[in-house]
Amino acid sequence: MAVKDYIRKRFFPHMWCPGCGHGIVLNALLRAVEQLGMSKNEIVMVSGIGCSSRISGYVDFHTLHTIHGRALAFATGVKLSRPELNLIVPMGDGDALSIGGNHFIHAARRNIDITAIVMNNRIYGMTGGQYSPLSGYGTLATTAPYKNIDHDFDVVDLSVAAGASFVARSTTYHVRHLADIIKDAVLHEGFSVVEVLSQCPTYFGRKNKMGGAAEMMELFKKNTTPIGSKAKKENPELTERGIFVRNEIPEYCSEYDKIIEKAGGQIKERL
Amino acid sequence: MNKNIKFIQGNEACVEAALYAGLDFFAGYPITPSTEVAEHLSSRLPQIGGKFIQMEDEIASMCAIIGASLTGHKVMTATSGPGFSLMQEALGYAIMTEIPCVIVNVQRGGPSTGLPTSVGQGDVGQALWGTHGDHAIIALTASNHQDVFDITVHAFNMAETYRTPVVLLFDEVVGHMRERFFMPEPGELPLVERLRTSVKGGVDYHPYLPREDGRLPMSDFGAEHRYNVTGLFHDMWGFPSNNPGVVHGLIRHLMDKINNNVHQITRFKEYYLEDARTVLISYGSAARSALHVVENRRKRGERLGLLELQSLWPFPFGLVRKKCADARYVVVVEMNMGQILQPVRMAVDPPEKVFLANRIDGVFINPTDIRNILRLIQGKGM
Repeated sequence: MAVKDYIRKRFFPHMWCPGCGHGIVLNALLRAVEQLGMSKNEIVMVSGIGCSSRISGYVDFHTLHTIHGRALAFATGVKLSRPELNLIVPMGDGDALSIGGNHFIHAARRNIDITAIVMNNRIYGMTGGQYSPLSGYGTLATTAPYKNIDHDFDVVDLSVAAGASFVARSTTYHVRHLADIIKDAVLHEGFSVVEVLSQCPTYFGRKNKMGGAAEMMELFKKNTTPIGSKAKKENPELTERGIFVRNEIPEYCSEYDKIIEKAGGQIKERL
Repeated sequence: MNKNIKFIQGNEACVEAALYAGLDFFAGYPITPSTEVAEHLSSRLPQIGGKFIQMEDEIASMCAIIGASLTGHKVMTATSGPGFSLMQEALGYAIMTEIPCVIVNVQRGGPSTGLPTSVGQGDVGQALWGTHGDHAIIALTASNHQDVFDITVHAFNMAETYRTPVVLLFDEVVGHMRERFFMPEPGELPLVERLRTSVKGGVDYHPYLPREDGRLPMSDFGAEHRYNVTGLFHDMWGFPSNNPGVVHGLIRHLMDKINNNVHQITRFKEYYLEDARTVLISYGSAARSALHVVENRRKRGERLGLLELQSLWPFPFGLVRKKCADARYVVVVEMNMGQILQPVRMAVDPPEKVFLANRIDGVFINPTDIRNILRLIQGKGM
């Protein structure tokens, strides 16, 4: 199946601003799904609220556009009730890690087989550019006119600490790398996190004088490096990209099947 | 001895009824006085191949059951006051997206942390207006374990019939009390199963287009029809729309499908109403004390009757108006500041003949409390 067959064409052009990184994430995601040869019926995409979350309207999967921050909780219900389905949950940084932070760490801890994609553009775009927990110290936002005094999370460190069994990072500049990483994340059995550094030229870029979309993507090229590279040793300030963790640990739904066996129940037939 | 006779808590009767109705997915979070519902289901569900999950909070519990309902399962969560508050946004999402689910609220004393281990009925108004925006809801209640069973089955049936969340408003007394209970045989109570679409794969399926009878056939997530579910106003395919006609039509549909079917949804019991000059109106555990008063006074020849409501929302205005038409006094017996008193006053003519007998201190309302109010109304002093 061609990439274009995975989308709902009638809703294009999409609603994201010119230069927004989220369309690139959609592109990489669709290429990953296409290269894996997945059928549209076996994928459920669950999203929350925000610019990133509108991605679910554009893909021809089973799509569940939910409430702010809770996508992973909805996805947990879908997955546990039908473990044979593949769950992909794209979230913005505020959606995943501010209002949804608790669900994020608990889904990771359970190691339920869901692919979480954190589209990190460091800003609340849908509401017009307020600082998010990923904006970082010293940045400007409409709610940080004197510069932000909130420190940010490291999404990778947080995910590892919470117990996610697959943790990776890429950027919208490294789009082939991103597609490969999403493929690995989808194939991984367990909770997988892919952090994607994405650009919001409209709000984050403009407020912080980072130039347009192209300049912001250039920064992703300049400021990131593969995990453990020579460049990282020379310049510890660089952000690493690649797969940080890939652990084989028991997946939640398979563990629940064992509970059913212990209780003397019958595992219901899969689709 | 009849093996179907049990001596159990109300919370267990609710669990038995949910399983009888076909529950096979439960998500919840511990909170007094509803925790026993989760405890029992954690052992019972895997025995039948169902799923139990303890989520990180009540918000997540509500979200998880909505997700599981979409894959074609009968689902439930159970909580009490503070947890019910946390569920409100997702409850509104289930209303908007028309996803069947059952939410048990074993009420305790509120507001806030309130009286966690004491009885209250203060969440009646919240069940209707807790979530934002115009909407309608079904909220049911019961005063004894046999009725808890019947009403819980009714809740699942209503959720499937109208594709909507149904709130079960029990309370600490009914939830924790133990009493005799007869387990119905399979087939004894009618069950409404998920209505799935007959539209074949490859043919345009409209998840939000009601049939002529008003019901909306569903398609399981994972089955052959792919569609969108969103809490935004949406068209018949489930895609977002801000077209004023679509918005108007959807909100009318969400209200009308419940409010226009009040007769199908309403459940009540009546005692000695035929010639009653004083009508008590009560529900939940408070109705037990109200019934006690009525039966005692009948023995003395006083014309007292009881209307026990088992469905609170949509409020049965017509029923209450009719049953109270010939009454000189109407006394609403409840454990809050008059949350059902208000709609009763709207229903009854003149509203001045409606009085409140309540108790709001965490102590179960007893027959003496009701008797004292009756004496005041009748001008006999305390």
